[in-house]
Amino acid sequence: MANIVQFENVGLRYGTGPETLSDISFTLSDGAFYFLTGASGAGKTSLLKLLYLAQRPSRGIIRLFGEDTVLLPRKRLPGFRRRIGVVFQDFRLVPHLTAYDNIALPLRVAGIPEGEVEPPVREMLAWVGLQDRGRALPATLSGGEQQRVAIARAIITRPELLVADEPTGNVDPEMADRLIHLFGSLNRLGTTVVVATHDFHLLNRVPGANMMRIDKGRLYDPTGSLRFPPRRPDVPPEETS
Amino acid sequence: MSDMEALPTPSRHLLDDGRRTRAMVWIMAIMIFLTVLAAALGLGAARSAGSLDRELAGRLTVQIIGADKDAQQASVAKVVAALRKDPAVTRVAPVDRARLAKLLKPWLGDAGLDPDLPMPAMIDVDLRHGDTADVARVTAQVQAIVPGAQVDRHARWLAPVRGFITTLWLLGAGLVALMAVATTAVVLLAARSGLDTHRDTIDVLHMLGSTDVQVARLFQRRIALDTLTGGAIGAVGALALTAFFQARLAMLGSQMMNTMVLTPADWAILVAVPFVFALMAMAAARLSVVRTLKSQL
Ligand SMILES: Nc1ncnc2c1ncn2[C@@H]1O[C@H](COP(=O)(O)OP(=O)(O)OP(=O)(O)O)[C@@H](O)[C@H]1O
Ligand SMILES: [Mg+2]
Repeated sequence: MANIVQFENVGLRYGTGPETLSDISFTLSDGAFYFLTGASGAGKTSLLKLLYLAQRPSRGIIRLFGEDTVLLPRKRLPGFRRRIGVVFQDFRLVPHLTAYDNIALPLRVAGIPEGEVEPPVREMLAWVGLQDRGRALPATLSGGEQQRVAIARAIITRPELLVADEPTGNVDPEMADRLIHLFGSLNRLGTTVVVATHDFHLLNRVPGANMMRIDKGRLYDPTGSLRFPPRRPDVPPEETS
Repeated sequence: MSDMEALPTPSRHLLDDGRRTRAMVWIMAIMIFLTVLAAALGLGAARSAGSLDRELAGRLTVQIIGADKDAQQASVAKVVAALRKDPAVTRVAPVDRARLAKLLKPWLGDAGLDPDLPMPAMIDVDLRHGDTADVARVTAQVQAIVPGAQVDRHARWLAPVRGFITTLWLLGAGLVALMAVATTAVVLLAARSGLDTHRDTIDVLHMLGSTDVQVARLFQRRIALDTLTGGAIGAVGALALTAFFQARLAMLGSQMMNTMVLTPADWAILVAVPFVFALMAMAAARLSVVRTLKSQL
C-alpha cells in the first residue's frame, strides 16, 4: 500500500520554548486506520496540527499525498486541506451558523452547487443522530451534539484523510461506539483515518487498527509491532514515567 | 481553479451579521455626500470655464484713439472694410457713440453726451476661432491701417475671473481625490478590524480549504453593500442639494452664474460617484484582506 503521509525527523517548537515534538518519523498507509494515544499534553494535538496543515514543523520533512508540504506555496494549501477532514478537539463550529450550515460548510467552500448540498447534509445529520437538530445553533447544542456536528462536517466530503482529535471525548460510551463505527465505515470506503484519543476502550473497537503512542513529544509504537518502524534508531525506548 | 473560487449564495451569512457595524454605512454616506458636492462644484466650474472660453475666445475690441473725430471715423470705416474681407472674421460691428456714451455714463455723467468730447472709437470683432494666429493677423492688419490702434482680447479682461474659476475646478477635483483617499483608508481599517472580529470563523474557513480570495470576497461583498447603502443616502442628499443650487442659479439670471449649469452628462457623473466608490472600496478590501491573510499559514 502506498504511503499517504510520511514524517521524517520532524520537530515542532512553539515560539522559543522547548521542542513540543521531537524526532517524529512515521508513515501512514493509504486506507489504513490509526489510533494515536498519549497522556494529556504529550503532543497529540500538535502532531495532528502538522498533519492537517495548521502548523508548519520547525524541522524535518512532512510528505502528504506524495508531496513535500513544508515547501508548499500558500496558494496550494486550500487544495490540500480540501482532501483532509478534521474533527478539532475544540470542535471549531461557526457559532452563528446552524448545525445544518456548519455541516454544509465544506461543500460550499468547495463550490458544490447549492442544489446538491442538501442530500448529503441530511444524510450526515442522520448518521450522527441529529436529524431533528439541523436548525439548532451550536450554543444550543450539548457538548456531545456539537461534537457530532463537528464529525459530520469533517466527513461530509468523504476526505482522503480523516484526522479526528478526541472525537468521542464528550459523548456517552454508546455514542462513542457508534461514532467509531462510523469512522470504520468511512475507512472501509477508502479514507485513511487517524483518531487521537485517550479512551482505551475504543482501541479494540476497530479490528485491524494500528496504534501509535506519543509520550512527551516523542512517538513510538507501544505494541512493538512493525507497523511503525521508527525511521531512526534513536527514538527512545519505553521511558514511561 | 475556478471551482475553487466559487462560493454560492448562502456564503453571504458566513460572517456573523450580528457583529456588523452600522457605522460604516454612515461614514460612507457622509463621505459620498461630500464627494458628490465637491464633484458638482468642480463640474460646475469646469462648465463655466468651458463656456467662458467659448464666449470669449474669438472676441476682440479694436480701439482707435484720435483727437480728430472725422479722421477717427475714416479710420474706423477703413478697418471695418478691411476686416469684413478677412475669412476668419465672422462679425465686425462699430460701437456707436451713443452706446459708448451710455456705457461710460457712470464715469463721465452727461458729459459723455457732449459730441465734442474726445472718445476712442471702438469696433467689436468676432473671430471664427480664437486662434492666436488669427488674433495676431487681425491685430497686424488693423495696425497697418491705423498705427497706434489697440486690439484687446476679451479673454484678457476676464483673466482673473477665469483664474478663479480654474481654482474652483481644481478645488473640486482635489476634494474628490482627498475623499477617495480617505474612503480607501476607512475601508482598509474596516477590513483589518473585520479580520480581527471574524478571526475564528476565518480560521475555520481556511482549515476547510477556503482560499484567501474566497475569504476576501466575503468582506468585499459587505463593504460594497455598506458603501452602496451609505452611498445611496449620501448621493441622494448631495444631488438634491445640487439640484436646489442649480435652480437658484437659474433664478439669479446672472449670465456669469448661468454658465455653471450642469449638463446631463455631469449629472450622470455625479450619480456614478457612489458606484465608483463602491468598486474602489471592494478593491481596497480585497487587497487588504488578501495581503493580511498572506502572512498566515
Ligand atoms: N499554540 C501553542 N503554543 C505554545 N505551546 C503549545 C501550543 N499548543 C500546545 N502547546 C504545548 O505543547 C504541548 C503539547 O500540547 P498538545 O495540545 O499537543 O497536547 P495533547 O497531547 O493534545 O494534550 P490533550 O490530550 O490534553 O489534548 C503542551 O505542553 C502544550 O502546552
Ligand atoms: Mg489535544
